[in-house]
Amino acid sequence: MHIPNGFIDGPVSAGAGVIAVAGVAVGLRGARRELDERTAPLAGLVAAFVFAVQMLNFPVAGGTSGHLLGGTLAAILVGPYTGVLCVAVVLLMQGLFFADGGLTALGLNITIMGVVTVVVGYGLYRLTLGLLPARHSSVPIAAFVGALVSVPAAACVFTLFYAIGGTTDVSIGKVAGAMIGVHVLIGIGEAIITAATVSSVLAVRPDLVHGARGLARPLELRSAGETR
Amino acid sequence: MTGGPEHRLFRPGDSPVHRLPPHCKLLALIGFVLATVSTPREAYWAFGAYAALLAVVAAVARVPAGFVLRRMLVETPFVLFALLLPFVADGPTVEVLGLTVSHDGLLGAWNVLAKGTLGVVAGVLLAATTELRALLLGLQKLRMPPLLVQIMSFMLRYGGVITAEMGRMRIARESRGFVARDLRQTPAVAKSAGALFIRSYERGERVHLAMLSRGYTGTMPILVDTRASAAQWAAAATLPAAALAVWAGALLR
Repeated sequence: MHIPNGFIDGPVSAGAGVIAVAGVAVGLRGARRELDERTAPLAGLVAAFVFAVQMLNFPVAGGTSGHLLGGTLAAILVGPYTGVLCVAVVLLMQGLFFADGGLTALGLNITIMGVVTVVVGYGLYRLTLGLLPARHSSVPIAAFVGALVSVPAAACVFTLFYAIGGTTDVSIGKVAGAMIGVHVLIGIGEAIITAATVSSVLAVRPDLVHGARGLARPLELRSAGETR
Repeated sequence: MTGGPEHRLFRPGDSPVHRLPPHCKLLALIGFVLATVSTPREAYWAFGAYAALLAVVAAVARVPAGFVLRRMLVETPFVLFALLLPFVADGPTVEVLGLTVSHDGLLGAWNVLAKGTLGVVAGVLLAATTELRALLLGLQKLRMPPLLVQIMSFMLRYGGVITAEMGRMRIARESRGFVARDLRQTPAVAKSAGALFIRSYERGERVHLAMLSRGYTGTMPILVDTRASAAQWAAAATLPAAALAVWAGALLR
């Protein structure tokens, strides 16, 4: 669900807008480093992938269904900078052209769903990967942890913005309880799908998984007669 | 591109609104939305006036009400959320239809519903009267970084292709007897997502090579330069100007 107009007051929306612009600017610079001159087509196609994957519904308990946010997934697959950029572009398109999420709340939506999920998700992914043995089989576990925490973290940041600039007098405890409670559940779904998707890409094209670079054992040359 | 989202959003036409340059319309939309969100929520009549302004724009653009209503379904989740607000908010309570609800929550729900809905309708009208490609050109005119505009245009161009690819995978899964019932079916869906990523990425590489072979050097040439005349600016400015008048009226009372 994207934040609509008028939900969070003007100054806080503007502040979040500044964070979002800074995040996108850092993403643009970093993506050029990650993808060099291939940035435009590749980031565009990955953004289209994130957009499509968000339509992929999976059933949650009680007949409701959830969908992937994709921030952590994109960051692990193509790198954090390109990841922020892709999610931000998807949100920008949804806000500008599909009227999904308010125009004045665009900064909030990009900050919460783009910057926070990627920074928290990818940060935790790296941290967990550092603690686990340097093998390909560690990657899905680290991806699970990153995605699991990224969604409730985004809910926490939303609650924070609401506490500073909410336009309705709802006690912060109630907002935090409802938001974080629901998003812990969503986070579990996100974590399962993210880990499974990363491991399926890893099985077919390990070279494409940005977050798994440097984990593959270097190839060794052996002559035909050599025995071991 | 066929099958893209363009078909559902854009209504081809030749009305005065359709003919305005995209960057004028974007600025008009931003001005209008800023006026609505900064209007005090107690000025009920002002929101009626804003809605009337949008109705005039829709009439001039010949966008039927049914089309706008269908596209407004996108805001359903947050309407449900807004309806909850009076019951969870704090502060003094009032009786409405025999229910005791929070006064501030009621105002808050009205605030979110009114401002959110006006924003959605304005956005729907913009998308209905402007081709998405033209909107991207408009963004470039408004000094959005060219790289960002390029990424958006690639996402737009291939969004339909990738979505159709995903649809074919779904048909393939289901024709082999797959039904997504609960989380146990996740691996199959996740494998599709993984395959979709690989196909998207590889398509990106092919697109890049195709661009290189056609002389791409990092910037896209602008083929049609849309310059706005003073008359067009003035026409586009009528909506935000009228909204500004309503806004000033709401503040003065």
